[in-house]
Amino acid sequence: MSAPGKSAGLWLLAWRRLLADRVAVISMVVVTLFLLLMLASALNLVAANWGEEVAVGYAPPTFVGAAKRATAAAKHIDNEPDAYPGTVTDPLAAEIAELRARIEGGAISTVPESDLDLGDVKVVDPLAKEMAEILGSTKAVEVKHELADTLPFGADKWGRDVIKKTIKGSETSIFVGLTAALLATVIGTLLGAFAGYYGGRVDDFFNWFYNVFTAIPYMLLILAIAAVLNQRGVSAVVLILGLTGWTGIYRLVRAEYMKHKSREYVQAADAIGASNARRMFVHIFPNISHVSLVQLSVNAVGFIKSEVILSFLGFGVPVDKVSWGSMLNEAQNELILGYWWQLAAATLAMALLVTAFSMFTDALRDALDPKIK
Amino acid sequence: MSADDILLSVQDLRVSFRLDKQTVVEALKGVSFDIPRNSTVALVGESGSGKSVSSLAILGLLPKENAIVDPASHILYEGRDLLRMPQAELRRLRGRDFAMIFQEPMSSLNPVFTVGDQIAEVLRLHKGMSGKQAKARTVELLEEVGIPEPARRYGAYPFQLSGGQQQRVMIAMAIACEPKLLIADEPTTALDVTIQKQIIDLVGALQKRHGLSVLWITHDLAVVGEIADHVIVMRHGVIRETGTAADVFSKPQDSYTRALIQCRPPLDRRPRRLPVIDDYMNGVARPAPSEDTQRGIVAGDETVLEVRGLCKNFVSHEGFFGKRVLRAVNNVSFVLPRGKTVGLVGESGSGKSTVGLTIMRLHQADGGEVLFRGKNLLALSPQAQMEYKRHIQIIFQNPYASLNPRFVVGDILTEPMKLHGIGASDAEREKMAAALLDRVSLPAVSMRKYPHEFSGGQRQRIAIARALTLKPEVLICDESVSALDVSVQAQVLNLLQDLQDEFRMSYLFISHDLAVVKYLSDQVVVMNAGEIVEAAGPDEIYRNPQQAYTQRLLASIPRGLAGPA
Repeated sequence: MSAPGKSAGLWLLAWRRLLADRVAVISMVVVTLFLLLMLASALNLVAANWGEEVAVGYAPPTFVGAAKRATAAAKHIDNEPDAYPGTVTDPLAAEIAELRARIEGGAISTVPESDLDLGDVKVVDPLAKEMAEILGSTKAVEVKHELADTLPFGADKWGRDVIKKTIKGSETSIFVGLTAALLATVIGTLLGAFAGYYGGRVDDFFNWFYNVFTAIPYMLLILAIAAVLNQRGVSAVVLILGLTGWTGIYRLVRAEYMKHKSREYVQAADAIGASNARRMFVHIFPNISHVSLVQLSVNAVGFIKSEVILSFLGFGVPVDKVSWGSMLNEAQNELILGYWWQLAAATLAMALLVTAFSMFTDALRDALDPKIK
Repeated sequence: MSADDILLSVQDLRVSFRLDKQTVVEALKGVSFDIPRNSTVALVGESGSGKSVSSLAILGLLPKENAIVDPASHILYEGRDLLRMPQAELRRLRGRDFAMIFQEPMSSLNPVFTVGDQIAEVLRLHKGMSGKQAKARTVELLEEVGIPEPARRYGAYPFQLSGGQQQRVMIAMAIACEPKLLIADEPTTALDVTIQKQIIDLVGALQKRHGLSVLWITHDLAVVGEIADHVIVMRHGVIRETGTAADVFSKPQDSYTRALIQCRPPLDRRPRRLPVIDDYMNGVARPAPSEDTQRGIVAGDETVLEVRGLCKNFVSHEGFFGKRVLRAVNNVSFVLPRGKTVGLVGESGSGKSTVGLTIMRLHQADGGEVLFRGKNLLALSPQAQMEYKRHIQIIFQNPYASLNPRFVVGDILTEPMKLHGIGASDAEREKMAAALLDRVSLPAVSMRKYPHEFSGGQRQRIAIARALTLKPEVLICDESVSALDVSVQAQVLNLLQDLQDEFRMSYLFISHDLAVVKYLSDQVVVMNAGEIVEAAGPDEIYRNPQQAYTQRLLASIPRGLAGPA
């Protein structure tokens, strides 16, 4: 349990309370599983080949397979007759051939109102060169295996496995959620600590800043920051969420510092000669850190959702990255066609993680502050 | 005593609390007592004695989640067992026959309703009065408990009343339904001595007039002597002694009762060392009274600290432009000689604590000088002041609040030394800290423990050890023993006295407790409303107080049976 000699501190006691809470343990297991999955995916241990087209486009999940297969096949033949099954045909071949035939047969006079000698004019296929290239390259990558008709949880438009895509997507979503929450917590805690501890003018200044920030509608602020950053990518999303998300934490931490700065233990620290910085971060911070920790966890949940919304709106991660948000974005068109599995997979993963994380947050708060229950 | 005379009888009450799956703590280990009709019974004990649990059990207010009442326990009231009564009936009984007043009147009153409405509500609910009747009766009640201008105070909100008046309102609410039993749980502990005296007198008068029975729960035997007919002394969930108040005070049978009576500093003598509970519990029948200390300041004493014309104002903003200035400390001057103690007494709001905090520069002074060996501390820059922080240290009132809960004791003790560059290495500092812990009688393993693992008295010792790490010349004790149990108080006072003898420290001892101040001080300074009312030697001021305020203060000290009664 504890190191010999050193007795249980408040953190250890909180941890024990957490372990005694069944809901907390279950939610911790779920969150940890997600984190491990994300880590494994980041290290390319799983879902490394998520981009491979392993099935026919929109291959349905196996458990609905038999019933859906015919309609799915029928639909894609109707809509995109030439997209599959893995051979490339020159789309202009028929037209070119017809043109050639008609010119040679004299049916068309190419330049009817001129006196030019058209004897040496030939019909040339304008795309012939490109076509040759395309045909050549398809031969080079020759599809090695048969494309599956169904996958355990279906495939997307390009026939990529939805499960692998979801796992790969968790990488972006969880990473963005956690780092943005960390950024927001650090900003909010620092500003809150200064405002609450010093009070007076410093507090007024930070409050003014806070008010200006919260006065702008959230979405507009995100669009504005996105425009200023002028780049798209995971780091941009993290920055956007972090820079806009610190306000709630700031308020809470500020209130805690105002409460704690006049406590006797802080006065005692002042009396023995501890500096302001020492009182703020060595003495007070450990006593209010549970607030930051719980807020970190609350924000992580919120930001995972925000990333999804941002990506859904097209301000999120770039197209070459997959995230749950971009999956939902794709699903918006697919749903009309009845391809629900990509939507279901992303939603389910997100709902599971967010619910587990929220329950963990609640349990964490109870464990850290057993008086309030 | 015949059965008819008994209002309520507690028989073999055993209550335990389940803390978690494994641990069950026994709070009451078979407690039996009777409350006779028309009398006052005092339940006396220190924290953890089970006195409050007893009262909660009578009212059926024990927390249902984790309280276990032994099936063999009975609480008989009018021939019925309260422990087996249906909840609804018990609730009716609580409103009609039993009433309770609590320690903190401010948190017992609802802040958003007027006090009159809160009393009237009780009358309407339990007496079925109309709104008009209830209002009229409420005004009568407020008058009876001695609230001035009761008709006007009907519409006052709790925060507009003083602490004493709030407690009077609570009492009015409690007697509104003419209960047969009034349970008073430490009703005067949060109040000043002068107010405490008034409340004790009020409850005594009401008890006689209405023929109530009162169960008075307190940790302070002295309070009990003035009011109780019967006294029950409890410790660790067991009754140590019961008897009439006169018997318990004049010839206590139990060693614990004797210890409780003896370990309060006496007003007439000044033994060098106060007896502590252990003296009695370890079989020492009656420790030889140690010789008295001589107190007082003589002309040749070397001055360490001199306070001259100290002023501190608190400014609160009222309205948009308005300002209200509260003169918390106004022109306070005194001299603290080397190795002596100056006691600063006064009621809450007298500014006595502000004096201590301003000397430490934990508040910024608005005027005056604090001369430490001739150097004005208030004029020093923060950097220059750092050096002087070593010489003046402070011990706060509440040992639960003054130690950082996230630091182990070792860190708490080595931090000041580290900040002031005392000791060459961490190892050396730890050795010094361990030596200090030993000096305040705490085991060396405490170094690795957190404050929450210690009792109140032990924590106060840690706070004292922290102040000692800097070897200060002046120690400010801001109500340092007020939050402690009587027996622990004696231990800490003995420790402070020993340390003063050993290190020749000067104490500024700030307290509302006149008995403690008289015991410890060489000079007593009485403060009221931010100003010094009177300053004199301790015996002088107690024997012959010059000012009316001092006289009133002295008259309110509860004296048990030895007092004016």
